[in-house]
Amino acid sequence: MSEITITIDDRQISAREGDILLWAALDNGVYIPHLCAHREEEHPSASCRLCFVEMQGRPMPVPACTVKVADGMVVSTRSERVDALVAAGFELIMSNHRLDCKNCAANGSCELQRIAKERKLRLKPKNLPALERDLPVDSSAAGILYDPGKCVLCGHCVLACRSSGRGILGFTRRGYERIVTTFGDAPLGESGCDSCGACAGACPVGAFSTRKAR
Amino acid sequence: MGNNNTAVVSAAFEQLKAAAQQKWEQLHSKPLILVGAATCGRAAGALSLLEEVKTELQKLQLDATVLEVGCMGHCYAEPVMVIYNEGFPTICYGYVKEGVGARIVRDYLTEGDPGIEFALAAIEPNDFFPTFQDFPRGVYENKIVMEQCGFIDPRDIDHYLATGGYSALVKALETTPEEIIETVKASGLRGRGGAGFPTGVKWETCRNSAGDQKYVICNADEGDPGAFMDRTILESNPHLLIEGLAIAARAAGAEKGYVYIRAEYPLAVERVALAVQTAKEKGLLGKSILGSDFNFDIELFQGSGAFVCGEETALIASMEGQPGIPRHRPPFPAISGLWGKPTVINNVKSLSYVPYIINRGAEWFRSNGTEKSPGTAIFALAGKVVNTGLAEVPMSTTLRELIFDVGSGIANGKNFKAVQIGGPSGGCLPEEALDTPIDFDSLTKAGAMMGSGGMVVLDENDCMVEIARFFLDFTQKESCGKCTFCRLGTKHMLDILERITKGRGKPEDIDMLMELASKVREGSLCNLGKTAPNPVLSTLKYFREEYEAHINEGRCPSLMCKDLIAYYILPDKCERSCDACVGSCPVEAIYDNEDRIKVINQEKCVKCDSCMVACPPQYKAVIKVSPPYKVAEMEQERGKK
Repeated sequence: MSEITITIDDRQISAREGDILLWAALDNGVYIPHLCAHREEEHPSASCRLCFVEMQGRPMPVPACTVKVADGMVVSTRSERVDALVAAGFELIMSNHRLDCKNCAANGSCELQRIAKERKLRLKPKNLPALERDLPVDSSAAGILYDPGKCVLCGHCVLACRSSGRGILGFTRRGYERIVTTFGDAPLGESGCDSCGACAGACPVGAFSTRKAR
Repeated sequence: MGNNNTAVVSAAFEQLKAAAQQKWEQLHSKPLILVGAATCGRAAGALSLLEEVKTELQKLQLDATVLEVGCMGHCYAEPVMVIYNEGFPTICYGYVKEGVGARIVRDYLTEGDPGIEFALAAIEPNDFFPTFQDFPRGVYENKIVMEQCGFIDPRDIDHYLATGGYSALVKALETTPEEIIETVKASGLRGRGGAGFPTGVKWETCRNSAGDQKYVICNADEGDPGAFMDRTILESNPHLLIEGLAIAARAAGAEKGYVYIRAEYPLAVERVALAVQTAKEKGLLGKSILGSDFNFDIELFQGSGAFVCGEETALIASMEGQPGIPRHRPPFPAISGLWGKPTVINNVKSLSYVPYIINRGAEWFRSNGTEKSPGTAIFALAGKVVNTGLAEVPMSTTLRELIFDVGSGIANGKNFKAVQIGGPSGGCLPEEALDTPIDFDSLTKAGAMMGSGGMVVLDENDCMVEIARFFLDFTQKESCGKCTFCRLGTKHMLDILERITKGRGKPEDIDMLMELASKVREGSLCNLGKTAPNPVLSTLKYFREEYEAHINEGRCPSLMCKDLIAYYILPDKCERSCDACVGSCPVEAIYDNEDRIKVINQEKCVKCDSCMVACPPQYKAVIKVSPPYKVAEMEQERGKK
């Protein structure tokens, strides 16, 4: 694939033709908020709706994870519309994320904290009430804790569990009820999970975390 | 594919057609009784009418044929029956209740008395009785797709063949795929599933996409509340769709087609499956169709009840055995669709126009409708309109003509308030928008959308906040939950709307709704999410004062929201010794006061509406009051007198 040059925020960046814009930007030190994008996935999930950018010639902001770069492409990661859209999407996610940074395993390495810091957004939603789903924490596995109340449905754990060869985790239900869970909603400890830790390693927000074996 | 032996194809077809026509003529050589027994007719008792007519014919020892046909669109008058009686006008009867069917058959076939009092209209012009064309509805109606619906037996392929069926497929076999695409492009046919994308362009994209294997899919996953156009076509004339799909396959270069049909439409599934099977038996589907080099086969795929599977990428995912969840487009299915192969996905109605366009030409199709939206529109009229049912009218007909002339206006003498067009993705248009012509662009401009053709008419008793809540509740429940804006944005919007209809709305709620709506529209992944806010945005645009009344005054102007109304018995109108309301109340909330006038105990009342229904119409003493605290004022007022 040929080397090309694109412009992101007035900066010339070289990339390979056909690369995904989101990775091209991140690899060159340009931060774009993102949760669901995965380098190994051929087709973008495009579900977290946070990596919006403006592209010259496109009437509306587009998710950077869905764009293949081409020579001469001109992109800006910030604009009034992009900022408003990202702020709205982030506030929606935070309205459905059990906020407990102090006691959270991901405190300091959390992708949500990073987005809030980079884009100067509040972690606690200002306008939207918190949506409580009352989902219990699953502590049945020997070395894994799962708090579905923190889950942002990015799907990294599902992919990690699958590529580890186990394939225990998956999405079920739809709409607001959509959740990452095991077959038949069995507790992790009874699902064949051997606490390999792949999910916790992949989770960007501390919904899955490792703990010392009892 | 220029090596088709056209002589072989037309000879094979002529043979099929001649046999079918012979059967058709035989059928009309004696009296023929058609009973509309699509799902709509069956719900109104068409199957018992069918039995009744058969029993009567047996009793009278009359030699006549009784056929179960589809629906011609007059669902309001169901059960519907048509009688061909040689030497007499052919008449369509409506509201054929128990006992009436046998009587009409007896009188008409033995004594020549057509039973005018039960007739809706005559089918052909005659000297005795007006035809459908003589009524306001007939003036606007222009049936293309629905022409044969209700007049042929959907289970008998010969009926379709005898009335010109499959001749377009023969024509398509005799020309090149490129010519078919040119004709459909020139006709300006736009997808009738809602988005209005040019059908010919879709076919061309698929044809030009690289790939050895291509697919065509008919999207029959109709799911909008109040919409039943596709069901009626599938049940009334399934071969039309099969012929359309075969032509699409020939144009796009596919040899395999699917009909993605809702499992909740059992009769449609049965009739389409039978139609596919009989078409195969006649050599109109399968290997080397009619002796040509064109192979095409159709399989049915039954959807499992998810509304979002009407979205084409979710539809494909569900066919591949994955959860019915949309994915990012592009690539569009015409380039990478089912199993990653180029795939054409067309709505039932879009495909049903195709045989007519091939037969009669692009120019003819363009002579109906408007420049940018040629052809007709098929609407399912539902809600508070007198003549509910299906209507096919040319594009550019206005909403007013459709509701007041075709649909005969608002039921029960009430006033028109709004019309909800385009299902849960559509919008509510008020009185002042009634002169909007029906076409893709005008409706979108007005704040609604063409959608697939659902049209729910609302009257003065419908609360627009509640309507918005109802439709948003639907999309929120049917959201797949994949993307942030649709999953959480619609949830927050629904929570706000529920709060408003319960009288707990806050002044800032309207701005919050507008803000969420615009972000859900911009940010969502698929069109379900992108259009979900439309019912809210359009009601806020045209009926903002109703939202404000709910929030600021705790009042529901239409007296519909249960938490914002109270029931009250007007003492001046109450006939004291009548106990109708007392007997109807399930919670014993109504008692006699010292003057033996009925009073409602507001603490006990569950607002079930029973007393209002029970109060005899000559009194009309029970009224609804909003906001509910007004009742205390009225009671105090009465105490002073």
